[in-house]
Amino acid sequence: MTSVAMSEPPPRQGPGRRLSTFLYRHPRVRLWALLAVPALWLGGVYLGSLAYLLLASFWTADPFTAQLVHEFTLDNFRRIIETPVYRDVAWRTVKMAALVTVACAVLAFPLAYYMARIASTRMRNLLVVAVLMPLWGSYLVKAYAWRTILSGEGVINWALGPFGVEFDGYSNTGLWLVFTYLWLPYMVLPVYAGLERIPSSLLEASSDLGGRSIRTFFSVTLPLVFPAVVAGSIFTFSLTLGDYIAPGLISSDQFIGTVIYREYGTALPVAAAYALVPIAIIVAYLLVARRLKAFESL
Amino acid sequence: MVESPLTRFFVRLGAGVTLFFIYFPLVVIALYAFNEQVTQQWPIQDWSTKWFSVAFHNESVRAALKNSVIAGLVATAVALVLGTLASLAIARYRFFGREAVTFVVILPIALPGIVTGLALQGTIEDVLGPLGVRFGLATIVIGHATFCVVVVYNNVLARLRRTAGNLDEASADLGADSWQTFRYVMFPQMRTALLAGGLLAFALSFDEIIVTIFTAGAIQTLPIWMYATLFRPTELPIVNVVALFMILLSIIPVYFAQKLAGDTGVAGREAERKAGRARR
Repeated sequence: MTSVAMSEPPPRQGPGRRLSTFLYRHPRVRLWALLAVPALWLGGVYLGSLAYLLLASFWTADPFTAQLVHEFTLDNFRRIIETPVYRDVAWRTVKMAALVTVACAVLAFPLAYYMARIASTRMRNLLVVAVLMPLWGSYLVKAYAWRTILSGEGVINWALGPFGVEFDGYSNTGLWLVFTYLWLPYMVLPVYAGLERIPSSLLEASSDLGGRSIRTFFSVTLPLVFPAVVAGSIFTFSLTLGDYIAPGLISSDQFIGTVIYREYGTALPVAAAYALVPIAIIVAYLLVARRLKAFESL
Repeated sequence: MVESPLTRFFVRLGAGVTLFFIYFPLVVIALYAFNEQVTQQWPIQDWSTKWFSVAFHNESVRAALKNSVIAGLVATAVALVLGTLASLAIARYRFFGREAVTFVVILPIALPGIVTGLALQGTIEDVLGPLGVRFGLATIVIGHATFCVVVVYNNVLARLRRTAGNLDEASADLGADSWQTFRYVMFPQMRTALLAGGLLAFALSFDEIIVTIFTAGAIQTLPIWMYATLFRPTELPIVNVVALFMILLSIIPVYFAQKLAGDTGVAGREAERKAGRARR
């Protein structure tokens, strides 16, 4: 009986194979091969740009040529702190961001509650997509649509006409409406996720213990979902602070974003210094949000 | 069910109001695209589709659309590569600085767009300019890819977390080299996540204006064309048509991306359905 050699086929040889073996034996090298390009792009180009912006805030621009003068100075910051206009604009923007956040929370809650606890599974999946689609829809188109709706001959004034009411849409009230609209999906989704995580047994326990709907809502549901509302508010707050397009389309008042946009053409250093204001506010907001356990709800 | 019928009625009502609020402006602007008149008056008197043909033959709209598509495709390609690499590193390795990588990937969408735009504008003009970089499509792509990475990253990372790393090891044990493991084991698992991330990245890039204004120079993308034109009352009918087009073009990819990302195979869907039933 002849024996058949049952040997395995030899492994493929070649530079590719050797490289593969080398990579397998050196996980660090493998890791760096993965990270090198993203790190170079985001770390180099993006963080580098942010660092340059920070640096530019300590320079000045020649008033005639707009050329940057590379000399260290704190003048830009002094100007921003001491000029009342900059302070007023910052305060107006923060107030707007707070009002928008409250409006978004109030509007988002019933929809999120319906999605999380009342709708059927099929309906719920449908609604998640229904909320997500406008979230990704064009920001500019939405702002423009509101500009049309809010105009003197637009839908809103047509609807209010029979009541003898005239609504000045191109105002801060109008802008508040537009911001609320633009950022609403950012609030609905975290609140929905937060509500869905609340076990039904907790609400049933509250009901068994005699808590009526309202009592259960304020003593059980609301405290449990609060971190999710804070998580949503990070978006509504931060997006309002930096926006310059919607204010330009709707309101005639200045906001942080419109001031930065106006300054950057002539005085990049002032714009850069003023850009640090929303960053500082957002960082402070994020720190508070972390204390309120909002990050677990993101 | 804990909620009383009355509570449920009010929740339904509130949900309906919010949904109406979300969709009403989109419907209004879609209707305006069929308005025959140049003035933007409500209610619309005469209906017409003539502006579609006017918009279709408008040279600057065509040029802007072309720029938007090119920038979107290239930015999506860059974001797919960068996002996949970063998510592979985060999902499969524990290393010093891991948190920092996560942070830097998310930062471009966490910071206000005007900050990102201003930072890139200053850097391109003062630092890259002397090296020969000019504002144009390439600089638009730099900006878009930077904030699109996170979309791909999130999608792929979520998928990699659901799939076990020991499949990669099994593949190596069976004699596959790194490339074969990627090609035949990891890539098929990531495919739909990549497609979903890519679609979302394209939608994001196609609509973006806040950063784009700072990095575009004299080049017009479709949103920039719209922003420049919507202050000219006589051209608003064309803007309306473009607006409708942009709504459709951003909503359709998102719809498919949502289906793809949620699609975890028949087993996953079945499990989800069962869990849903048990909860009720």
